[in-house]
Amino acid sequence: MREHLLELFKYRELLYMITYRDIRVRYKQSVMGFLWAVLMPILIVLSGVVVRFAYALAAHSVLSSADVAVVAVKSLPWAFLVTTIRFACLSLINNKELVTKIYFPREVFPIAAMFAGLFDLLVASTALAALLVVLRVGWSLYLLWVPVLLVATALLGAGIGMIVAAASLYFRDVKFVVEVFLTFGIFFTPVFYDVSMFGSRGKWLLLNPMSPLLESFGAVIARHSAPDTAWLSYSLICALVVVTGGYWFFKHLEPGFAESI
Amino acid sequence: MSDVAILMEHVYKKFRKGEVYNSVRDIVPALTGKLFRRQDLDESDSREFWALQDLSLEVKRGECVGIIGHNGAGKSTALKILSRIMRPTKGRMVVHGRLSALIEVTAGFHQDLTGRENIFLNGTILGMSKREIESKLDQIIAFSGLEEFIDTPVKRYSSGMFARLGFSVAAHVDPDILIVDEVLSVGDSLFQQKCVTRMREVLRSGAAVLFVSHNLKTVAEFCDRCVLLEKGRTVMTGSAEQAIACYIQSSSRRTAPAGDSGPVRISKVTVRDESGECMRFRSGDKAWIDVEIAATARSNKTSITFYIVDGRFTNVFDTSTDRLGHDSFEMNEGDTFRCTFEVTLNLADGTFYPSVVLFRYDIQTVFDRWEPAATIYVGSDGGVRGIANCFPRVVYQELRRADPESAGPVADVVRLGKRA
Repeated sequence: MREHLLELFKYRELLYMITYRDIRVRYKQSVMGFLWAVLMPILIVLSGVVVRFAYALAAHSVLSSADVAVVAVKSLPWAFLVTTIRFACLSLINNKELVTKIYFPREVFPIAAMFAGLFDLLVASTALAALLVVLRVGWSLYLLWVPVLLVATALLGAGIGMIVAAASLYFRDVKFVVEVFLTFGIFFTPVFYDVSMFGSRGKWLLLNPMSPLLESFGAVIARHSAPDTAWLSYSLICALVVVTGGYWFFKHLEPGFAESI
Repeated sequence: MSDVAILMEHVYKKFRKGEVYNSVRDIVPALTGKLFRRQDLDESDSREFWALQDLSLEVKRGECVGIIGHNGAGKSTALKILSRIMRPTKGRMVVHGRLSALIEVTAGFHQDLTGRENIFLNGTILGMSKREIESKLDQIIAFSGLEEFIDTPVKRYSSGMFARLGFSVAAHVDPDILIVDEVLSVGDSLFQQKCVTRMREVLRSGAAVLFVSHNLKTVAEFCDRCVLLEKGRTVMTGSAEQAIACYIQSSSRRTAPAGDSGPVRISKVTVRDESGECMRFRSGDKAWIDVEIAATARSNKTSITFYIVDGRFTNVFDTSTDRLGHDSFEMNEGDTFRCTFEVTLNLADGTFYPSVVLFRYDIQTVFDRWEPAATIYVGSDGGVRGIANCFPRVVYQELRRADPESAGPVADVVRLGKRA
């Protein structure tokens, strides 16, 4: 494991170049350019507003701007996770030429997919910041939590990304399974809703390691309150386990990549 | 650092033939099938094959070692194992130093990026640092000869330009070990010259070179030693001349090809005279070369190149269906194609090797190559040395004596014929 990590470090410039390539190609090809990065978050926010509006109607209350802010804040990390997993899943298959022809640590591909997703997140964050200003959300010192939450999300995304990338190389239908999970995952993750709406049963939702992270994002950015550190530690541990396990799984299968692709 | 650059000891590589489970859906019936079938062991044995068996190889610094063999002999597998793309099933391999492979020099390119961006991308993939690429950027661009187009996306490049840019990047990696596979067949002759020069430079810098090619002339020219592979086994290791001689012997009557590259393959080449299959010809005789081709997949614009090389692999003569005014052809899977060349063997005494290549001109791609496809022995009445027989005759001679006395009474002028 140590050797693998050292080698990956040696290839950091390659990681940078592949990330650069992924970003460049993504923005060059799309007609929308940088709008691409905000497209998915915008759609998530809009659907979130619709869902929230329905809640408010059912509860005979009014949709507040704070609710919209929370949905908007949560939509970005969720979009980041989804993009990372989606692109990581195809990263090996789409780079077949390189996988079969030239040697370098293959985890560069799913990790680059994660960094490219992070770049999208940064672009979208500027739009989010503007929205939060319009909604008069303000700021607080709790924002210092954001880097921690981002790292945890990134690790989780990279870990899952490596697993699905390796698996989809061997089994071509994995990508469809992943697609289904990514589409419906949003209903099992508190993006549109808050866990608190479920009362004491909310803890079952928090078992999804992404849930405490999203809740914390909402808390520290939109609500200016401290995250639930117990559940957050659970998420952090999950992220570490997933990324370590994913890396091990990936490296375990890697020797067979060139002949199985 | 040790003197040995590459060390391979008893390396084996096994592949599976036939269908491999490609989706999760396939596994379930396969597993249940396994439960009910007992003879599964035999079946799995027959489905495996050894692409490489017991290959041992040592390459020292400053040495150039060649690997030759027919398609499917295991050359590419050996290189893939060396460059760590594949892991050997059994055996040990040690590589000392930075290894650079000129296997597929354009593999790292992305169509939508410009030439310049691709230099950085491909350079990094091949193991150069960003700073190193920056310092060599001008050289790389100059070497490729693509100054004008360097900021154009490479998807607009012609395939020749594409390959040249790829090679330029690859050639500027300063490796301790250079692996070359068939890249010399890329590009125009001027560019090939550059490549050969570059290979010499690398050799002179003390790096080890491992060279895989069908071009026996280049192999003979460059390699100190040579390994001959046949169906995954090492037939011999020795001097380049010995290995090449052995290779030619084993392939001169070759009828069944193996291997898996290219959509069209040569399935049979026979040389005959008026009365049938033949190896010995008289200089000036007519010979007919029958070439049979089979398509394993759909293919476009195939042309057949027929050429003859001599014992030193100098190209004596070559032609192609294309150059003879016949359109390149299209084939579907399962189609076969036959073609007969008629040539007049105006060759001097010696051994010659008719060879056949399936080629696509517009993308400069070799689909299949048999060199040599056959051996012929040409005999003449004597009096001719060299490669070609221009059928000389002495048609006129004249000797004038300065001193008429010296020749005595005999006629002082000898005439054999009229001056033209």
